[in-house]
Amino acid sequence: MVAAQTSSQPFSITLRVWRQAGPKQPGKFVDYRSANLSPNMSFLEMLDVVNDELTAKGEEPIAFAHDCREGICGTCSCTINGKPHGPGRGVATCQVYMRSFRDGDVVTVEPFRAEAFPIVKDLITDRSAFDRIQQAGGFITARAGSAPDANAIPVPKPDADLAMDAATCIGCGACVAACKNASAMLFVAAKVSHLGLLPQGQAERDKRVLAMVQTMDELGFGNCTNQYECSAACPKLISHDFIARMNRDYFKASLRASFRPESIGASGGAG
Amino acid sequence: MATLDSKVPAGPLADKWRKHKADIKLVNPANKRKYEVIVVGAGLAGSSCAATLADLGYKVKCFVFHDSPRRAHSIAAQGGINAAKNYQNDGDSVYRLFYDTIKGGDYRSREANVHRLAEVSVNIIDQCAATGVPFAREYGGLLANRSFGGAQVSRTFYARGQTGQQLLLGAYSQLSRAIGAGTVELHAQSEMLDLVLVGGQAKGIITRDLVSGKIERHAADAVVLATGGYGNVFNLSTYARGSNTTAIWRAYKRGACFANPCYTQIHPTCIPVSGDYQSKLTLMSESLRNDGRIWVPKNKADCGKDPNAIPEADRDYYLERMYPSFGNLCPRDIASRAAKRVCDEGRGVGPTALGVYLDFSDAIRRLGENGVRERYGNLFDIYHEITAESAYKTPMRIFPAVHYTMGGLWVDYNLMSNIPGLFVLGEANFSDHGANRLGASALMQGLADGYFVIPYTIGDYLASQKPGSRPSADSVEFKGAEENVTAMNRRFLANQGKAPVSHYHKRLGKIMWEFCGMARTKQGLEQALQQIPALREEFWANVRVPGSADTLNQSLEQAGRVADFLELGELMCRDALTREESCGGHFREEHQHPDGECKRDDANFGHAAAWEYQGPDKTPLRNVEALNYEFVKMSVRNYK
Ligand SMILES: Cc1cc2nc3c(=O)[nH]c(=O)nc-3n(C[C@H](O)[C@H](O)[C@H](O)COP(=O)(O)OP(=O)(O)OC[C@H]3O[C@@H](n4cnc5c(N)ncnc54)[C@H](O)[C@@H]3O)c2cc1C
Ligand code: FES
Repeated sequence: MVAAQTSSQPFSITLRVWRQAGPKQPGKFVDYRSANLSPNMSFLEMLDVVNDELTAKGEEPIAFAHDCREGICGTCSCTINGKPHGPGRGVATCQVYMRSFRDGDVVTVEPFRAEAFPIVKDLITDRSAFDRIQQAGGFITARAGSAPDANAIPVPKPDADLAMDAATCIGCGACVAACKNASAMLFVAAKVSHLGLLPQGQAERDKRVLAMVQTMDELGFGNCTNQYECSAACPKLISHDFIARMNRDYFKASLRASFRPESIGASGGAG
Repeated sequence: MATLDSKVPAGPLADKWRKHKADIKLVNPANKRKYEVIVVGAGLAGSSCAATLADLGYKVKCFVFHDSPRRAHSIAAQGGINAAKNYQNDGDSVYRLFYDTIKGGDYRSREANVHRLAEVSVNIIDQCAATGVPFAREYGGLLANRSFGGAQVSRTFYARGQTGQQLLLGAYSQLSRAIGAGTVELHAQSEMLDLVLVGGQAKGIITRDLVSGKIERHAADAVVLATGGYGNVFNLSTYARGSNTTAIWRAYKRGACFANPCYTQIHPTCIPVSGDYQSKLTLMSESLRNDGRIWVPKNKADCGKDPNAIPEADRDYYLERMYPSFGNLCPRDIASRAAKRVCDEGRGVGPTALGVYLDFSDAIRRLGENGVRERYGNLFDIYHEITAESAYKTPMRIFPAVHYTMGGLWVDYNLMSNIPGLFVLGEANFSDHGANRLGASALMQGLADGYFVIPYTIGDYLASQKPGSRPSADSVEFKGAEENVTAMNRRFLANQGKAPVSHYHKRLGKIMWEFCGMARTKQGLEQALQQIPALREEFWANVRVPGSADTLNQSLEQAGRVADFLELGELMCRDALTREESCGGHFREEHQHPDGECKRDDANFGHAAAWEYQGPDKTPLRNVEALNYEFVKMSVRNYK
């Protein structure tokens, strides 16, 4: 994290915030002054204070999404000064601290922009498209009660570790917002890789990647042109190598699906 | 007066659950799809429950206030999940996990429930591994374990410092599968604002669509609440900002008993408060206590010094000194109170002097910096982001913070409340942790309830309901409840007050922390019982809620939640005042041993207190469920 504000003196900034009353209403930037800031205050705490001031004046506060405020739930989602999740590397909006800004800065705040994430209000977008991709195949079918002993299937540590690297995705959508094509490849690749790296995930491996990619395409996400802005914006720094991995998986799965004779394909094996 | 029949089956402890499963009624497969079940919440408890009921063939509707089920607060759990697998061959067993949990809970939980929890813990790990949870592994590919407070065996399974995330994503994947298959209907951003009773049974809920503002009525054959804990009554806590008590509080006001509301857990290792604007406190997982050593300077004069410059001889590793056999791994309530005590003595560190050191220098010497990074890297990163300090170089500063609520709606062995048809799972119920929860046991309980208990026990209730007897959502009961909700929203929006909701939440939090926090007194609680109703009155007279009810309105959401906290806080203080003993997280200064440990009164308080609502501004009724310890002898907890 860049520590721009080094002194602990209170300071002020001008916030330039995207205000939009609803999905169909027009939006615009509005300026607010935010004074008396402490470098140890989080960016969202700064917004809380601005909102309390607005409320006391009888104005509607700025709607913004947040919950855990510790970088794990994936709810917060502001683009700050043009960068999804703002300054800093490997952090979510809620992990941005005011020490990253200087006295007198003008700080622009807008929602994650992507066609597949329509704006709901102010800084809040609808990211349910991610849930729909998961529903299409982001799982291993395992009914409660049917599992073998957990140590019956050893998982080599390097595989488990790599699966975990992919599984740390918080589903925030910064990858989509950062991509000039608004592609969801990193998000989908992370899930496909997490499950595909584990022995438990093999039975549905082909079906999973085909279904998730197809749903992603249907929902209006763009194509990946290998710019890798996604990984740079990811609060968990998930590697774009997973995209290459998914492409291989997708290719193999498509081949297998197309070579499958009718009679077997029809029984649902290849999906 | 409510009847509290625990329905604990007779027979030897280890046979109860097996026998109960064989005895309870079943719903035949063809009939299952005729029953509709509402599940409110999709944390570990709710999502595992919704997915499993759907797999069994029930029609399930699942409601969450979050924009996705994956955002539930369970996602934030860091350290791990317990299970009596005994993979380490270090002497663990179902009985030992049961015993540790009973003892950790200071003999205030129900034996039979806890034993069942320990029994199904082993299935949970199997289930999670099968769903693709990337647990930590040893080099041979088998599952790795770590130890946690309150136990002398290594039984905690983990996925780096993100165990809750990985377990929730596992349960969420099962829920997603069911949603994709059309067997669960998901209502995201939909907040339950009332429970509907028809003929004395829970038959539906009223919700508000948080995006459109639409108030909806939903009928079902049974209602499951898995809505999490209520620690945000303290305003500052380790909970996500959105966690709230509304679902269970409104159920309480419809007649569900609220048990042991005063049992709250204060976690010893959190990052200290830095200023007035503070919106949440961040936990540093208890697993850090495996390798970190807690200390404060022996001399007050050293408190302001650079910790690295304080020689070994001038440091007081007070937990190791006071509890030699458990040391830094003693249970949470004990570790928290010890931190408070040394700070009260004037030996606290950091700018506010409300902090103690958690030092990793020994571990770094032993394991190397990379070894420590491998175990706790993400926690050290979080610490750095918040404080701009590196815990590899200088000890962390930590202080206790509100973390978990053991209290919740009263449930019987079937996890059904005293309202027939209303089931309560996960942190929202009171069942398994007594007066103190051991680390890594909440995740276990959530998944136990959802994957392995409710799928059996809900059938016992549904089998008594005629298929198709579900009432219509247009009945008078539903309309009445809907009017209740809309009237409350109207009242908020019409108020021409001055202060934002947060103003009242902060003030309530301060009262609760001061009088109903780590140490409680009769006098303080009586004061709180004066102050809270006065604050509530002021809130209703002077709160300002801008905007309208027909759009997304976060102020309105917040207002409803804080209104409930303002009522719940009073009940918590009343419960704490009535419980004239100390046990687990409930510490009454009047009731302590000379060494400062909890002094329980089993003869007079060996029971759960289940409060029953009597109407606005009326004193609620205190019902009791006696805790009969048949198998374990209630004894003085000793971690020395
Ligand atoms: C920082 C932190 C770390 C923790 N670490 C650990 C750990 O290492 N090990 C451990 O065992 N435990 C840990 N815990 C405790 C544990 O995480 C929780 O107790 C547990 O996850 C609670 O799960 P739940 O399913 O009961 O509720 P939650 O996960 O809180 O889920 C609640 C659900 O209910 C929904 N909901 C609530 N109210 C409404 C309403 N009115 N209408 C509609 N939906 C509603 C929410 O949308 C959400 O889906 C930790 C807790 C915290 C705060
Ligand atoms: S609020 Fe949860 S990730 Fe930022």
